[in-house]
Amino acid sequence: MDSTTTDIDKVIPEEKQYSYLNLGPTHPATHGIFQNVLKMDGEIIVESEPTIGYIHRAFEKLAERRPYNQITPITDRLNYCSAPINNIGWHMTVEKLLNVEIPKRVQYLRVIIMELARITDHLICNAVIGVDTGALTGFVYMFQQRELVYEIYEEICGARLTTNIGRIGGFERDFSPKAWEKINKFMKEFPLVLKEFENLLSRNRIFMDRTIGCGGIKADRALNYSFTGPNLRAAGVDYDVRVAKPYSSYQDFDFTIPVGLNGDVYDRFMVRQEEMWQSLNIIKQAMDKLPEGPFHAEVPEFYLPPKEEVYNNMEALIYQFKIVMGETDVPKGEVYHCVEGGNGELGFYLISDGGRTPFRLHFRRPCYIFYQAYPEIIKGSMLSDAILTMSSMNVIAGELDA
Amino acid sequence: MADSQEEKLVSIIKEKFEDQVVLVEQLYDFLTITLKKDKIVEIIRFLYDNPETKFQFLTTITAIHYPHTNESRTVMGQASNIVVDTPAPEGKIALMYQLHNLYSNERVRLKIYLPESNPVVPTLTTVFSAANWMEREAYDFFGVIFEGHPNLKRILNVEDMVIFPMRKEYPLEDQTRDDKRDEMFGR
Amino acid sequence: MENVITTQSGSKVTLGEKPEGYEGAGFFATSLEKVVGMARKNSIWPLPFATSCCGIEFMATMGAHYDLARFGSERLSFSPRQADLLMVMGTIAKKMGPILRQVYEQMAEPRWVLSVGACASSGGIFDTYSVLQGIDRIIPVDVYVPGCPPRPEQIIDGVMKIQRLVETESLRRRDSPEYKAMLNKYGIE
Repeated sequence: MDSTTTDIDKVIPEEKQYSYLNLGPTHPATHGIFQNVLKMDGEIIVESEPTIGYIHRAFEKLAERRPYNQITPITDRLNYCSAPINNIGWHMTVEKLLNVEIPKRVQYLRVIIMELARITDHLICNAVIGVDTGALTGFVYMFQQRELVYEIYEEICGARLTTNIGRIGGFERDFSPKAWEKINKFMKEFPLVLKEFENLLSRNRIFMDRTIGCGGIKADRALNYSFTGPNLRAAGVDYDVRVAKPYSSYQDFDFTIPVGLNGDVYDRFMVRQEEMWQSLNIIKQAMDKLPEGPFHAEVPEFYLPPKEEVYNNMEALIYQFKIVMGETDVPKGEVYHCVEGGNGELGFYLISDGGRTPFRLHFRRPCYIFYQAYPEIIKGSMLSDAILTMSSMNVIAGELDA
Repeated sequence: MADSQEEKLVSIIKEKFEDQVVLVEQLYDFLTITLKKDKIVEIIRFLYDNPETKFQFLTTITAIHYPHTNESRTVMGQASNIVVDTPAPEGKIALMYQLHNLYSNERVRLKIYLPESNPVVPTLTTVFSAANWMEREAYDFFGVIFEGHPNLKRILNVEDMVIFPMRKEYPLEDQTRDDKRDEMFGR
Repeated sequence: MENVITTQSGSKVTLGEKPEGYEGAGFFATSLEKVVGMARKNSIWPLPFATSCCGIEFMATMGAHYDLARFGSERLSFSPRQADLLMVMGTIAKKMGPILRQVYEQMAEPRWVLSVGACASSGGIFDTYSVLQGIDRIIPVDVYVPGCPPRPEQIIDGVMKIQRLVETESLRRRDSPEYKAMLNKYGIE
């Protein structure tokens, strides 16, 4: 006779019950505001639906209203962790439209600034990966180093974070001796701190167990999702805009591109770590080989003339007035220029109608494009791994929504 | 060397899809091919699969609105004489695809023009998964309908918005705000 | 100065200001408001509602260089129910407005709001259709910190002004009819 207790193996569940978890826009672990509604089977994620647009500021429409040199502050706010790269990328786009030849010294100085910005972007990302696994010390150390870079930016352009660095045609003034002093101090001190940070985490048993095999993506799926930057390089594809389509004299420098194997969180961490070392290498080479020359190109329509000439020379006065009021025209044309941002290929597609503002400006934002792969990456993983994956992909909300 | 690469590409496309190619231009070091909108997905699929042109990386998709004014017709350039199948003259919404061949480091830009009143085009998500959100953005801002898209909803703007804000007829500012006086800001 | 004492080991320590009161052997009598104000102002638990670039400057403020923890804000609370100060840092888009409002409504009295940055105070450089032109359209704000982004020293200055407000606030303020009328203006019960 059957007893009242039924054999548990014979009980077949008819319907699985899933729970829905809202990883809402305001969450301490999502660095930036985007929402994910997760359909979970216990602790495993079955499906997820992301919602973005919580910080949509309509950059592309705003750019149609502003003259060319007033668009630089908007580009700052795209990937605000490495704002100089966005600024210099925009300036190079306009210089391409105007067909301006940039002097070598300007190109080398731009390389130094862009590599410093790349270091700061990777610093934040790696420190935040550490925080999400519970290692808070590295975060404090890395932010202290960011203060050193902020001081360098302040010497050159006056601002810390949203820098609006440089002008169309070059820089507003040559780097002062104080700026070089600070850059040298950074180059002496930072490698030691980076080595210390690396010793904390990269061969740490707990960190490796936590991150290896977590949130991986294969190379062919990554290419189909148009990944670029460290996320793609961690998956094994060595595509870097600085090598594929060199801009601003990157072809003069000798550096390697680190490439990972599996595309998981550990690979992304190590790729960014190695890229920071390579950036230091590039800055050292640029500083050693820095040529003499002018610190800006001759672009009278966009580059403010020196004040002595403005007070004495009629032509310079008219140019000063036109530039400040934003009444200078550009030739008609359609141009696309891309730079290697902190997250990958940052592209600027500009259509000009010959007037004072762009006809259409489109930003090819790497974060927006690779974030759409997130539901596929976290399918089947646990909730804590999903959080770690999101922070390792370095999704910056400003670049996601624009 | 670079010239022959681009000419080779154009000849490969023309060999199979001669009637679809409308205009070939070299704009600032980028080969730009303007096509008719009927077989765009087939052409991109062909460029993906063909071993001589392995364009297996999609850089970006975006839309451009050319309203029916003289100024924007001059911006369109030589493409302004294209016939789009509507009887009455009206503005155009162009769709721009940028593809990249990572093996030989070649890039190409494909442009198609759609009528403003009925911008419908088949989706590219069957070829590239990256086109999913790029097409949603084009829908959200310009109203381009992609047939066959798995989830064509608004992505960046609020869900209940009815207009397509990037079109030229809509203003940038929020018209209901009262704390900023337009004449002081030069508007 | 009378507020500086020298400890046994020889270091000089500056004492905080004593509220007015009557002092005797082993006791100190003052009004309850002053004691509560002093206790509250030195242990504000902020809720960092960081959306964009100002959030990175806030992270720098919390870092070792411009330590915000010495003002008592060591424990950041990400749960609104346990927070005193809502620091809104960054652009608030119209899509985010209802969420900000919900977070504010979940906070328990007494609560203060600090609006950091130009975007949170008035929309900033983004005078567009999708950006809320200032959070004071939806929630009441106590202190505004302008800047794009403000330097960490400015953020600390804003927190010090909040401390001043906390210290001098009357215990009956949150029940008073004027406060209730102000909340009604925003539609918050």
